[in-house]
Amino acid sequence: MAEFRLPKNSQISKGKHFPAPDDAKRVKTFRIYRWEPEAGENPRVDSFDVDLDRCGPMVLDAVIKIKNQIDPTLTFRRSCREGVCGSCAFNIDGKNTLACTTRIEDIDGDVRIYPLPHMPVVKDLVCDLTHFYAQLESIEPWIKTDTAKPSRERLQTPEDRAKLDGYYECILCACCSTSCPSYWWNPERYLGPAVLLQAYRWIVDSRDEATGERLDELEDPFKLYRCHTIMNCTNTCPKGLNPAKAIAETKKLLVERRG
Amino acid sequence: MSSIRSSLAGARGLGSAKTGTGHFWAQRVSAIALVPLTLWFVACLASQFGASYESVTTWLSSPFQASLMAIYLAAIFYHSQLGLQTVVEDYVHAESLKLATLIVLQLVNILLGVSAVVSVLMILAGAA
Repeated sequence: MAEFRLPKNSQISKGKHFPAPDDAKRVKTFRIYRWEPEAGENPRVDSFDVDLDRCGPMVLDAVIKIKNQIDPTLTFRRSCREGVCGSCAFNIDGKNTLACTTRIEDIDGDVRIYPLPHMPVVKDLVCDLTHFYAQLESIEPWIKTDTAKPSRERLQTPEDRAKLDGYYECILCACCSTSCPSYWWNPERYLGPAVLLQAYRWIVDSRDEATGERLDELEDPFKLYRCHTIMNCTNTCPKGLNPAKAIAETKKLLVERRG
Repeated sequence: MSSIRSSLAGARGLGSAKTGTGHFWAQRVSAIALVPLTLWFVACLASQFGASYESVTTWLSSPFQASLMAIYLAAIFYHSQLGLQTVVEDYVHAESLKLATLIVLQLVNILLGVSAVVSVLMILAGAA
């Protein structure tokens, strides 16, 4: 059955408190999920009081400051710090989003930062995305053609190119898939919104010649039809994309080809 | 994911069942069909409110009303079967329990749907 309670070894205890320097005037508390695999202890939530006058404006700035100046053991992924790489996706203030594009001042009260929901945790804010990436690989996200290779680029009308808008921008941060209750209950078999959006990006590409095969591969009660249009994916996407629409369009194509 | 199988093998699993669109479409069509049918049913209830048993059975004995009532009841239990199947597939993960629950649900919905339609036929035949 689906699990509605945290297992005993996942229940969160109160962690350490790191106060701000005495001369700090604008202090914001960051409550961050911590778990060390080697320690054999339950996860805890540490609170870090950060002086905002000595910190950049984004949540990622504060997290990096904490690692550099307060607790170097804090573990998280980050790279581009400008919303392009998708590495710093966490559950911030109850919503999956990118730390680098979330302003600290937009959050009321303490800033609560947890790893992406319902994923195995590797350490602190780093979750295991192995299965997520394998699911992406399973939909073969590259162009597939049988026609002989053209001597120059494959042509596409501006209208057909416009059909990729809203889909090619996906950075695979996994915010949407890990916000989806259907993905929480059936992650082994349901592909989830991010991977289904990627699948649709290739289905709708006018240059691709494997549209039918791609639809065949998706036509499955679990891979595709676990989507119940809950819309958490669209609501949470830090890039403002609409995975639910990509899934609905895929379902429409599957109905259309039945005759 | 503690397995020595490759992650891609795990993600591909048993592959695509090449089915599901029929279920999805039937759920949508039965839902849409139930909108006018439910409005009709509520209007009927209102029009027969407080009427005698004879009056209701006489009204329901017209072929048109009886057919609509039978279709309405069949659509309800068909839609209920499709929806409950989805709920079980979502939440029940033990394969044997899932299979057993799905079979029981299907039998219960068939029983309820058939007995509802038989009731309409009995009224039509003047047996009730």
